[in-house]
Amino acid sequence: MGLFYLLSVFKKIKGGSILKKLGILWICAVVLLFFTACSQANSDENVHQDKEEKRTIKIGMITDTGGIDDKSFNQSAWEGIQAFAKANGLTEGKDYKYLQSSSEAEYETNLNQFVQANFDLTFAVGYKLKPAVEKIAAANPKSNFAIIDEKVDLPNVTSATFKDEEGAFLVGIVAAMTSETNTVGFIGGEKSALMQRFESGFEAGVKSINPKAKVLVQYANSFSDAAKGSAIASAMYGQNADVIYVAAGGTGNGVFTEAKNRKAKGENVWVIGSDRDQYKEGLPENVTLTSMVKGIHTVCEQLAVLAQNGDLKAGTMEFGLKEGGVGISDTTENIGEDTLGQINDYEQKIITGEIIVPKTRQDLDVFLANLKS
Amino acid sequence: MKFGKIIAGLTVKWQSMQILISILAILFGFICSGLIIWLSGHSPLEGILALWVGIFGSPQAFGEALRMATPLIFAGLSVSFAYKTGLFNIGVEGQLLVGWLVSVWIGYAVQLPSIFHIPFAIFTAWLAGMAWGAVPGFLKAFYGVNEVIVTIMMNYIALYVTGDFIRRFLFADGEKSHAIRPSASLHFSWLTEWTNGSRFHIGFFLAIFCCVLVWFLMQKTTFGYTLRASGYNRYAALYAGMSVKRNIILSMAIAGGLAGVGGAMEGLGTFGFMPIQSAFSGIGFNGIAVALLGGGEPIGIFLSACLFGSLQSAAPTMNFQTGIPSELITVMIALIIFFVAAGPMIYTKILKKYKGGRFFR
Repeated sequence: MGLFYLLSVFKKIKGGSILKKLGILWICAVVLLFFTACSQANSDENVHQDKEEKRTIKIGMITDTGGIDDKSFNQSAWEGIQAFAKANGLTEGKDYKYLQSSSEAEYETNLNQFVQANFDLTFAVGYKLKPAVEKIAAANPKSNFAIIDEKVDLPNVTSATFKDEEGAFLVGIVAAMTSETNTVGFIGGEKSALMQRFESGFEAGVKSINPKAKVLVQYANSFSDAAKGSAIASAMYGQNADVIYVAAGGTGNGVFTEAKNRKAKGENVWVIGSDRDQYKEGLPENVTLTSMVKGIHTVCEQLAVLAQNGDLKAGTMEFGLKEGGVGISDTTENIGEDTLGQINDYEQKIITGEIIVPKTRQDLDVFLANLKS
Repeated sequence: MKFGKIIAGLTVKWQSMQILISILAILFGFICSGLIIWLSGHSPLEGILALWVGIFGSPQAFGEALRMATPLIFAGLSVSFAYKTGLFNIGVEGQLLVGWLVSVWIGYAVQLPSIFHIPFAIFTAWLAGMAWGAVPGFLKAFYGVNEVIVTIMMNYIALYVTGDFIRRFLFADGEKSHAIRPSASLHFSWLTEWTNGSRFHIGFFLAIFCCVLVWFLMQKTTFGYTLRASGYNRYAALYAGMSVKRNIILSMAIAGGLAGVGGAMEGLGTFGFMPIQSAFSGIGFNGIAVALLGGGEPIGIFLSACLFGSLQSAAPTMNFQTGIPSELITVMIALIIFFVAAGPMIYTKILKKYKGGRFFR
């Protein structure tokens, strides 16, 4: 649009040298820039006028490459910070803000932005940020950081991790109670120790209810490949699975698509979402059975409150069922009464420590052996 | 009138014309992105000031800008090298990933004093990129397979194969490879101190050296001449007794090698490891833009890589200070490229008046 405008200006000024034309263009541009700068500056003044509020802390957050609206991890963390900000009357952009990372090389520079602006606490969301946090935190010992879902061992970093296996265990119970074919599926993102927690917790939950149930496991090797998610889901539903638990970020969107297509054709299939309540993603066909939610927003909120009170300590904090770090989603309309009862029973057993949910495949084997005996 | 004459005088040489197009394109690109910023309710002036601060505001910011430009220079050189021989190398991304992997592998697995380790790691990355680039060259030369399609395919092969190799042989926690040994690192403490803790590394100087090398190879050697001749007209070159097939393969291989070294810059410099990529890094594709804006000349590529690199590295600062989304930088780069591509069309019209006819091929 700007181009056409410029061209039309060019055409209109007939006669005169090209120097003149360029000169006029320059003046137009400069005036335009100046004008907008002024108008912007005016509106800024209004903001500055009402700053006689109490001194609060400044909170920053950087996303991984998934972006702030990933309907999952980053978004959830940001919602937690927003909730904290709302409760404390912080203004976005001034007291709390986020930066998106468009490539992995940007993690360090983004963290540096917050360090240089003297933010009190900077959240790094996702384990991919670990090397960047390690480096920047070591270089800036006076700044404080919190990393979600990974451990960084430095005196100015608080690491928040989740007992994912406990949440996965609960959705495993739901899957086993719901499945009519006695076959359920698990789709993971990239194969890692973290993902194994989901896998083994889920399988332990399923087998606790129905030891004969079959659990299909596959990794998509990506957290952002919806097409692959679709393909794997299609294969799993084809192998008679009727409930699939997907913990694979954006790859999960493809699983939902596949399930919706099948449900529209009359097949009775379900998806269990992860990280946040994915009930809406399953509409209108209503394919979301339940979701394993990570209380990322609870965790971020808790950490922010601790930071404001000056109680935030370095080290690792594990958030499980007991601490509200993991659980199943609030939307329970697709879950039967007796299933809900079972969930409550198991939840209590995990909280009291009667059941210790396996974190690895080896632990799972031990767990399953104990189940049989 | 005077100014018009000057421009007309300049257009005697195609290269000068190219420079003019590039400069005007950057200017128009900035003006148009300024309008977009304005329309989205931010202040363009503040945005540009923030960009300035993000590039020149501190030694660290400047170091990061140059660090960002380093792989872009290699990517741009790679694209333009192949282009001079009439080939379109879309495979920079893949060649870069392969070079990245190999450099990290050598950097991690081999134990050598620094003075041998760094050249060895870079050299192997060069070889790996060459091998990856030679495949489409070979297919093009002997079977006439379109190199655009092959290189695009090879990008995906590289993306997943490198991921698989890391997972099999180099896997460390957190979806990435092991870190390279300090002896292979391109970071030198004096450079880091100089730029106040940025990730600026000596690869930048290697990039400058490669610019000179490519210019020399292309313009001052017989080999470069035969490559260019094959690009201008392969039948004429064939008739003149040049081995066009050999030239196509060599050109693609050297282009791939340059991209591979660009990958080594990321592996040995920026990161010091290789994350398992779930998507392309974008450096290769930006390399096409860099080559286009740079007019295919090493000096132009150097300058435009510095421009794009510093814009990209300043994007977070702009976002942070003014709230203008970082993505706008991508829009800005796209606009600049648009004006470069549209260049001959637009500027011919203007300049015809003063020259009274065609002024370039």
